[in-house]
Amino acid sequence: MSTTPDSTTDKNPPVDGSQLIRFDNVTKRFGDNVVLDDLCFDVSSGKHVTLIGPSGSGKTTILRLLMTLVEPDSGTVKVSGDYLFHEERNGKLEPAGESHIREVRKNIGMVFQQFNLFPNMKVIRNITEAPVHVLGLSKEEAESRARELLELVGLTEHIDKYPSQLSGGQQQRVAIARALAMRPQILLLDEVTSALDPELVAGVLDLLRDIARTTDITMLCVTHEMNFARDISDDVLMFDAGKIIESGPPEKIFSEPEHERTQQFLNAIL
Amino acid sequence: MTFDWDVVDEFMPRFWDGVLVTLQALALGTLIAFSLGLVWAMAQRSPQPWVRLPVIWVTEFIRNTPLLVQLFFLFYVVPEVGPSMSPLTTGIVGLGLHYSTYTAEVYRAGIDGVPVGQWEASKALSLSRRRTWTSVILPQAIRRVVPALGNYVVAMLKDSPMIAVIGALDMLGEARQFSNETFTTEAITVVGVAFIVIAYPASLLIRALERRLVNNT
Amino acid sequence: MMSWEFFREWFLPGIWVTIQVLLYSTVLAAIVAFTVGTLRTSRFWIVRFLAGTYFEIFRGMSALIFMFWMAFAVPLMLGWQFVPLWSGTLALGMTYGAYGSEIVRGALAAVPAAQREAGIALSFTRMQRLRRIEIPQAWPEMIPPFNNLLIELMKGTALVSVIAVADMTFAGNLLRLATNESAPIYTLLLVLYFLLAFILTRLMRMLERRAKAGVGRAPEKKNGILTRKLSGRGESAQASAQTAGGVG
Repeated sequence: MSTTPDSTTDKNPPVDGSQLIRFDNVTKRFGDNVVLDDLCFDVSSGKHVTLIGPSGSGKTTILRLLMTLVEPDSGTVKVSGDYLFHEERNGKLEPAGESHIREVRKNIGMVFQQFNLFPNMKVIRNITEAPVHVLGLSKEEAESRARELLELVGLTEHIDKYPSQLSGGQQQRVAIARALAMRPQILLLDEVTSALDPELVAGVLDLLRDIARTTDITMLCVTHEMNFARDISDDVLMFDAGKIIESGPPEKIFSEPEHERTQQFLNAIL
Repeated sequence: MTFDWDVVDEFMPRFWDGVLVTLQALALGTLIAFSLGLVWAMAQRSPQPWVRLPVIWVTEFIRNTPLLVQLFFLFYVVPEVGPSMSPLTTGIVGLGLHYSTYTAEVYRAGIDGVPVGQWEASKALSLSRRRTWTSVILPQAIRRVVPALGNYVVAMLKDSPMIAVIGALDMLGEARQFSNETFTTEAITVVGVAFIVIAYPASLLIRALERRLVNNT
Repeated sequence: MMSWEFFREWFLPGIWVTIQVLLYSTVLAAIVAFTVGTLRTSRFWIVRFLAGTYFEIFRGMSALIFMFWMAFAVPLMLGWQFVPLWSGTLALGMTYGAYGSEIVRGALAAVPAAQREAGIALSFTRMQRLRRIEIPQAWPEMIPPFNNLLIELMKGTALVSVIAVADMTFAGNLLRLATNESAPIYTLLLVLYFLLAFILTRLMRMLERRAKAGVGRAPEKKNGILTRKLSGRGESAQASAQTAGGVG
């Protein structure tokens, strides 16, 4: 894990095989607002990385970029060695086609703040829909996979309910199962407990701790739950104004942050 | 004031013929309006401006001009360049085409009403574009627009007598022919009453449907 | 060929007749809409019931059939005859006025109850409250649905050609019979109607801006490229005013 806050010194770092995610000089603007400013960082396979920082500092944009919900204005993103938004043709980088993007993105799963379950499908079909129609699993395979996952998230008895019949915490656990059913290498967690009632937060976080401990899935996590971040993270990245201003293991960031902005942010939030 | 019930009796067999034609026109017109409207609505969301803009222009044009004149156009102009159609077929195509521009708006609203998160979740699961439409977006969109679509079926029913003007023998067509042959006017009264008798329960049905669907979502 | 002579003799007057029918039936429809619409909010159930029945009958009725009935059946039944122009205008005004009454009723119902109570507290009569408090507040809300209804009414004016009123559609049909050239005639007709819809929408938007300014609100941004691009709710509310129902 290495980060380069001042990326101008490091235009073309060598690609390391263990790097699962790699951002090179990524810039993203919304209008005049620079959300990601020439950003470079990478995440090694199996690591759990938490992105923290004030709202609007660009951390959620990182997740949305990886999910290809937004495209970078410049720079490249690589996921397990493949360019996410580009294809190499005759040694030149060109914007990638839809099928290439989808192929690379299959490695990535995402859990959303608002769950985004499909309200027209029962729990079981929410989980099996993509494995059947994207991965090409048979219905039986997908369903047995779904059952296993529902057991993991503790919702076996709700298998035939519609999302609207579940509590927020249960819905979010279904959403986690749905993302895991695709067996992604990378799991993106976008403020997954922000929309939950306070008493339901702990259950979801415990589940994620379990998953972090027992699997080798790589996690990128945006959260305001600092205790959770401390528990699961291998690395914490502190964002401010589209740049990573500080990074390191949680013990260091949370106990003795170097940067003044980090200190201010942590004081405000803890 | 004169109203001759014997004339009504005499008209009734032809009235039923007319009812059948009206219902036929309505059913097939609805089929066209519902499916074509969906095509318009999806095309209006196309990222390609050369698909989107012409569709928006054409649907706006059709929606803002009288169905009656469109029927004349289909009946007299189209055969000059394309196939010539019977009055009933012309009527069905006209009704379907005209109302497809209304149902397109209904679908569009339904599609816009599906939360952005549903598109994002579909993308996060790598569902194909086609799969996203058919299993995530449309089932949610169509469910919430069923009552509005139903309203347009009733509206179409009320506009269906226009096809009599180009010679189709629907309820009004039969009534006109009968009246001209017998120099009476009772037939038109019968048809008028029949419309209220059909349309009122239909609208009650749609209201019930609306309540059920709204309560279930 | 479409001769200029014929065009001037029939088509231009036809345009004028269309505009007349539109104008008269709009005025009639507005009167019916406001009368029936406010009566449907009456304190007396019998008034509400009668006004509601009027609305229900016309909601189920086909405008064309009603027009036929007015033009051919009524004269025979009553023993006297309307000028065709007036049968058509009457039928359109009564039908679209009924749809309009639903818009008026809905907008009045949306005025906050506190406003009504303030009016009562100031000892206004029922008429004064309607005229000075409720209708002025409901008015900006009514304009967008009225715009849609006006376009529907404008399209409906073409129906008068069927009962031999010499409007522009009637002139178009005559022209077709005389010249046997249908493509240019009907294309021209469609374009003229579209133009009319365009102008009406512009006028209504102007009216809406002024009405909203009158109650101190900024007008919404409309994204219709040409005429009207309805919101989904507006569209389906509109359809339901013209069709679905039950006594409100």
